[in-house]
Amino acid sequence: MNIIEVKNLKKSYHDGETETKALDGVTFSVRKGEFLAIMGPSGSGKSTLLHVLGMLDDPTSGKFIFDGKDIGSYSRDELANLRNRKVGFVFQSFNLLPRTSVLENAKLPLVYSDVPEREWDSRARAVVESVGLGHRMFHQPSELSGGEKQRLAIARALINNPDIIFADEPTGNLDSKSGKNVMSIIQQLNEKEGRTIVLITHETSTAEHAERIIRLMDGVIESDLPVKNRMSANDEYVK
Amino acid sequence: MTIRHRFTTALRGLTTNRSRSFLTVLGIVIGITAIMLVVSLGAGAQNLILGQVQGLGTNTIAIIPGREPTGPSDSAQLFSDSLKQKDIVALENKANVPGLKSIMPTVLGADIASYGANTYQVSIFGATDLMASIFDLNPKYGSFFTQDDVASRADVVVVGSKVTEHLFDSADANPVGQKIKIKGRNFKIVAALPPSGGGSLFNFDSMVIMPYTTVQDYLLGIKYFQRIIIQAVSDEAVTVTADDIRITLRESHGITDASKEDFSVQTQQDLANRLSTITGALTWFLVAVASIALFVGGVGIMNIMLVAVTERTREIGLRKALGATDGDILWQFLIEAVMLTVLGGIIGIILGSSLAFIIALILSKGLGVDWQFIFPWGGAALGFSVSAVIGLVFGGYPASKASKKSPIEALRYE
Repeated sequence: MNIIEVKNLKKSYHDGETETKALDGVTFSVRKGEFLAIMGPSGSGKSTLLHVLGMLDDPTSGKFIFDGKDIGSYSRDELANLRNRKVGFVFQSFNLLPRTSVLENAKLPLVYSDVPEREWDSRARAVVESVGLGHRMFHQPSELSGGEKQRLAIARALINNPDIIFADEPTGNLDSKSGKNVMSIIQQLNEKEGRTIVLITHETSTAEHAERIIRLMDGVIESDLPVKNRMSANDEYVK
Repeated sequence: MTIRHRFTTALRGLTTNRSRSFLTVLGIVIGITAIMLVVSLGAGAQNLILGQVQGLGTNTIAIIPGREPTGPSDSAQLFSDSLKQKDIVALENKANVPGLKSIMPTVLGADIASYGANTYQVSIFGATDLMASIFDLNPKYGSFFTQDDVASRADVVVVGSKVTEHLFDSADANPVGQKIKIKGRNFKIVAALPPSGGGSLFNFDSMVIMPYTTVQDYLLGIKYFQRIIIQAVSDEAVTVTADDIRITLRESHGITDASKEDFSVQTQQDLANRLSTITGALTWFLVAVASIALFVGGVGIMNIMLVAVTERTREIGLRKALGATDGDILWQFLIEAVMLTVLGGIIGIILGSSLAFIIALILSKGLGVDWQFIFPWGGAALGFSVSAVIGLVFGGYPASKASKKSPIEALRYE
């Protein structure tokens, strides 16, 4: 069962006369429960691909089937609703609300959901504790370390119990120790909870935590291969 | 997203930027304060003026010689000698004006009064003994001249407080019994008036009041009146009595065409209506001026909200990525703007009416003016709704701009 199927996906930007093809015909699918890494140098189109897959951006052409449904005809509001219920995002630059507590930051997606308010607090506490920030519940983002900020972002991504998590260079702004800690959490989400993960990175060492790596170059898929010697972040972290 | 969370989200947006929110609100506060102040003071002034006019008695009717001028070239009609003694006789006839309770002809002049070496420029008011009751005059010393004094053209005079002060060197002096000289003739002072007090519509301080017969014969040498004041038997009888007066005078003057009348009849109610129209127009003019401050405040709100939208582009992107719809974002910023303006409106209403209250207190307690504080409910309702509308109007554009941002462009924004 595939959660994502894309066929001949294209995305181009117009800047005056010049047309930039960020994606030039991409076809692949992602299984439910799979851990996929998308790699490529900057300008290869990997971020554009993630934005299209995350329904933050519309493709110029091509087919995009999400969870069995062609979402090409969905309205902006329907897409917002789908993002809220099915998708979690983890960004390189965390994107936390300043001057707002850890707990409230984790709750943010619930504000736009149908989840009854009485469940908000317990849900938020559970996800914050699951990423090891239980002792930081009422701290503000400015009081957290980089690794803690990214763990909070992961907690926020998890709060609506999404089918798929998109992580855009989640370790890009972290030192190696915090990075491994974050990767260990992401890997556990995949292995223990069976969540689908799509990870964007330009580092091979990070990508090798995944089961499969798609390499992009100039908007087309260069290779799509399973990972032979998969890394376990948990082992490294313990070391 | 529930309405309550729209509000809490907006409130959080405002409280995380406290000093900016405060400065934004200030423009609205000043605008609404100005409006409240103007409306409240306007209503107080109107009350004061009407109170004074009605203090004369709402059953008072004035007959003025000449018709009201219809244009600048008609100004000669302002000065006329049309009101004569025979008119008084005709009006006093119960068959002609059954609603007449009392009638007082008056004449006006100005001259120099002297006592010893002291001189003072005075206004001369020729009237009857009814003057004291119509204008509610209570002499400080002595008593008003009588009907007999009027009939006998007695050389008696009632002096205002400034006249006493200038001719007798002290406002507290008792001049009753002394004789002052006007136009070489001696007049015996029978009464002295206390100061009229601040804010009074009629000022008798620089006046000398004498029997009109004395003024006509010995000082002015005229046979007509400048004004006839009539009291109707009751307030209800005023309109009918005014009509009876017109008919009687037309007959007495041999006029058949109403538009050719050489006199005009004014009731206190006419005067009150005119004055309240004038003060009302003045109040609304000032409200219009104060509204400019409000408009500027609104532009300030729009400016700040536009800055906020740009500043919080990443937040907008994040919220959209996490599932906020365009409508959620629109409402968030719109509610923020309306909360700011309504808060400003409420502060302005409280501040404006407090200032008006303090001014009323200073005027009434400090300066002895008969001023009443009036809470302008209309102004408050207006201020409140106007501030909400300003929030909607001036917050609308920035909010719609925020809602239309694409999530990805917003997230990419540095």
